[in-house]
Amino acid sequence: MTSRLVVVGHGPAAHRLVEALRERDSAGRWRITVVGEEPRTAYDRVALTSYLTDGADLGYPPHDESVTVRTGERVTAIDRAAGVVRTDAGATLPYDALVLATGSVPFVPPVPGAENAFVYRTIDDLDALRAAVATSGDLTMSRRAAGVVVGGGLLGLEAARALQGLGLDTHVVEVAPWLMPRQLDEGGGAMLRRHIEALGMTVHTGVGLDRVEPGAVRLAGDVVIDAGVVVFSAGIRPRDDLARAAGLPVGERGGVVVDDACRTEDPRVFAIGECALVGGMVYGLVGPCFTMAEVVADRLLGGEARFTGADLSTQLKLMGVDVASFGDPSADALDVIYTDPVAGIYKRLVVSDDAQTLLGGVLVGDASSYPTLRAYVGAKLPGTPEQALFGGTEAAGGALPGATVICSCNNVTAGTIRAAIAEDGLTDVPAVKACTRAGTGCGSCVPLVKKILDAELTAAGVEVSKALCEHFDHSRAELFDIVRVRGITTFSQLIAEHGHGRGCDICKPVVASILASLGNGHILDGEQAGLQDTNDRFLANMQKNGTYSVVPRIPGGEITPEKLIVIGEVAREFGLYTKITGGQRIDLFGARVEQLPEIWKRLIDAGFESGHAYGKALRTVKSCVGSTWCRYGVQDSVALAIRLELRYRGLRAPHKIKSAVSGCARECAEAQSKDFGVIATERGWNLYVAGNGGMRPRHADLFAQDLDEDTLVRYIDRFLMFYIRTADRLQRTASWLENLEGGLDYLREVIVEDRLGICAELDAAMERHVAGYSDEWRAILEDPEKLRRFVSFVNAPGMPDPSIVFEPERDQIKPAMVEVTR
Amino acid sequence: MTETLASAPAGTGTLAAPRWTAVCDYDDLQPERGVCALVGDRQVAIFRTYEGALYALSGHDPFSGANVLAWGIVGTRAGLPTVASPMYKQVFDLTTGRCLDDPAVSVPTFRVRRAGGRVEVAES
Ligand SMILES: Cc1cc2nc3c(=O)[nH]c(=O)nc-3n(C[C@H](O)[C@H](O)[C@H](O)COP(=O)(O)OP(=O)(O)OC[C@H]3O[C@@H](n4cnc5c(N)ncnc54)[C@H](O)[C@@H]3O)c2cc1C
Repeated sequence: MTSRLVVVGHGPAAHRLVEALRERDSAGRWRITVVGEEPRTAYDRVALTSYLTDGADLGYPPHDESVTVRTGERVTAIDRAAGVVRTDAGATLPYDALVLATGSVPFVPPVPGAENAFVYRTIDDLDALRAAVATSGDLTMSRRAAGVVVGGGLLGLEAARALQGLGLDTHVVEVAPWLMPRQLDEGGGAMLRRHIEALGMTVHTGVGLDRVEPGAVRLAGDVVIDAGVVVFSAGIRPRDDLARAAGLPVGERGGVVVDDACRTEDPRVFAIGECALVGGMVYGLVGPCFTMAEVVADRLLGGEARFTGADLSTQLKLMGVDVASFGDPSADALDVIYTDPVAGIYKRLVVSDDAQTLLGGVLVGDASSYPTLRAYVGAKLPGTPEQALFGGTEAAGGALPGATVICSCNNVTAGTIRAAIAEDGLTDVPAVKACTRAGTGCGSCVPLVKKILDAELTAAGVEVSKALCEHFDHSRAELFDIVRVRGITTFSQLIAEHGHGRGCDICKPVVASILASLGNGHILDGEQAGLQDTNDRFLANMQKNGTYSVVPRIPGGEITPEKLIVIGEVAREFGLYTKITGGQRIDLFGARVEQLPEIWKRLIDAGFESGHAYGKALRTVKSCVGSTWCRYGVQDSVALAIRLELRYRGLRAPHKIKSAVSGCARECAEAQSKDFGVIATERGWNLYVAGNGGMRPRHADLFAQDLDEDTLVRYIDRFLMFYIRTADRLQRTASWLENLEGGLDYLREVIVEDRLGICAELDAAMERHVAGYSDEWRAILEDPEKLRRFVSFVNAPGMPDPSIVFEPERDQIKPAMVEVTR
Repeated sequence: MTETLASAPAGTGTLAAPRWTAVCDYDDLQPERGVCALVGDRQVAIFRTYEGALYALSGHDPFSGANVLAWGIVGTRAGLPTVASPMYKQVFDLTTGRCLDDPAVSVPTFRVRRAGGRVEVAES
């Protein structure tokens, strides 16, 4: 016999309920009808902002055909006596069980003009907001339009950042004395404010809203913000009106009262999600909403599941601002607090009086340890609280107790994940996600899921392979240590003693680079020549038609007219295509192998040297013109850039290294997008590390501030050498740092505090590099044996490759299209 | 060893005797570092392995259309001697010219031998 289930609302909670029920109700006991007021089926509200910023499609997968979903229709009344609900489309739907999943609405403060403000809850809300922003821009052509978000909590800040993304000057108004008052204490709130302000937003705290006027917002105390767009994000109110009208108990501050089975006083009526008041609480996070949905699915099938409270840990989803709170940060127990005002970091752990059990905490500025710490809430810490604060992510996933909740969005424990890995033989993260749902909500636990997976696989004897290729079972970092410690100087020795076969295009360039980093003479000496990758082989950059390009070094981008003229003359004489590069130098294209030495002879005679554009090595240190000429410059950025470029030139690394120096905070040299970047301050230099342009851009992290030049250089020396020793193959500094256990803090400890006791060694290695530098191209010209290799044909040395043809374009050459036949 | 057959097993030789062309001294070849020779109007990439065996393939990289195969990294894959195109890194079996990353593709092979101190190439 089938019974009729009616679900009111089609948000995340309703969707999960239906999915869970369909999955388990194999006997088909329930026929399900869902009524949802929004014009579309359920979608991922947690990711709402990405609809605005990336136009993401948030829709959840549709239910199977047996489920009736009525969208764009609102339930207007419940008639419990008759066992029916009525809708605004005039329908009367009978039920045997009714589930209210009506969620909540944003709270709109009762101030004059509130009807002209926007809210941030549904896709329709965002469409309306976007349209309003578009017109507000038209009205205020002379200056940037402004927007105000009322409410400085998690959602308010997320909305504020989105407004900024729409091009508005954005203000955040919070009535409490600091931001995110529900999660943060005063110190954390103050640190967060600095981060928010650094993003270019204006923050008003401790001030209430007076009224919304056309084109302006008036705050208490007569502060007026000219703003065309106002968004309210000042808390939510559960939608309990249906239940209230049907005579069901609701909480004093809203919420449909339910027991731990999520059942109301009426045994046929349930409430789940944000509209429910369970155990005296309304939960505003999707994780508990999902748990309630699972409980009711179980109950409808005769189960005994209970809702016993939920983890309230959350993370702010704001690009570039790390904020996380976990457990109960307001618990009355021992506090361990760490602040680093320079880096903008604030961390607080709350532990039990014996300092053994983690109760909660707050992280601002660096939340990298959030997934691990969250998982430890309520459990014994593996070390001291200090260790947890700093090495939070070092605590191995394998040691976590089985009952610890790893994914709080979907309530998945470490034990469940381990069991799935073992029983279903899972070997990668996507499989674990598919199988357990862990990591499919907000995604913050994915690093931890990966750790557990790796630990399980290792324990099961499944090799988590870090092998470079079929010839070496080692990672690049391990090979580096082998070569360094054993003093190995040739590939043949290394592969004979530590590898198999004769290598390939993966391991040979890696070993070539390691040998070069450790200073083993010229890269084309003896056997090393055969290890070099495409460009290193002829010390030039191979282009698509088999010709090469040539880039002489122009340190810091500074060049005399005489040298500029020489470059022009060489290009004209050899018929080369010229182009200014992104690194402030000049690239000469279209050279044939046998022309390279002649070209370089001319360049070297004029005082140029190799620019290593072909190598995984330091490329350039860009600079702005600096204080010598610039009205705003505060330091001589050109001189420093030249010093740095000459110091690190020729330094071979796992990948290319780019750098820049800016002479003031205007940052014209774009130093924050470089592997290491330096920005002048009134008092010295700020050092940024691990930035990246390219496919996956990453802003560099501020490593240290106001350094004098010698300290700056020492830190960069160590940073580079540590990177060269420990990075993976082709890993830029950005991903290296992201994968470094302990992250930036750890890096500082290694470089500044010498935590590993290797600084002297790193310093000495860099000194050897600097002292041992010589121009690679000059060495070629001086060595007839090497020079002999720069020919297209071994049996016709002067002869050019006849298949290379050019055609004209914009007064220069370009490769003629070759037909690819295969 | 005076002759290394690039591909053809014994018995498949053609009736006409191959025309051998001397291209360079054996000592001009560094182990695992190819050279390119012009044989008639064909560009031939010649490789000497670490053990000293000789192989010759067409120098034309079928994936890019450029004559660059000689400049690739020489090594092994599952025991077979190989060269990786320096352009887009497809790996070719030196013994057959077959592309190991795309079995539908192969490059012509040439016969190559050591005659006295010289290296000679012939169309196969
Ligand atoms: C911008 C934003 C970011 C968020 N970020 C996070 C986050 O990072 N982490 C996190 O845990 N949570 C986050 N949340 C909260 C999360 O989205 C909610 O907890 C979750 O959506 C609650 O699900 P629900 O199904 O209970 O309610 P809702 O999502 O509100 O769904 C209820 C649905 O019922 C419909 N409805 C209401 N009444 C009726 C009626 N009478 N008839 C028919 N239909 C009706 C509503 O229109 C709505 O579609 C965020 C929320 C927002 C708005």
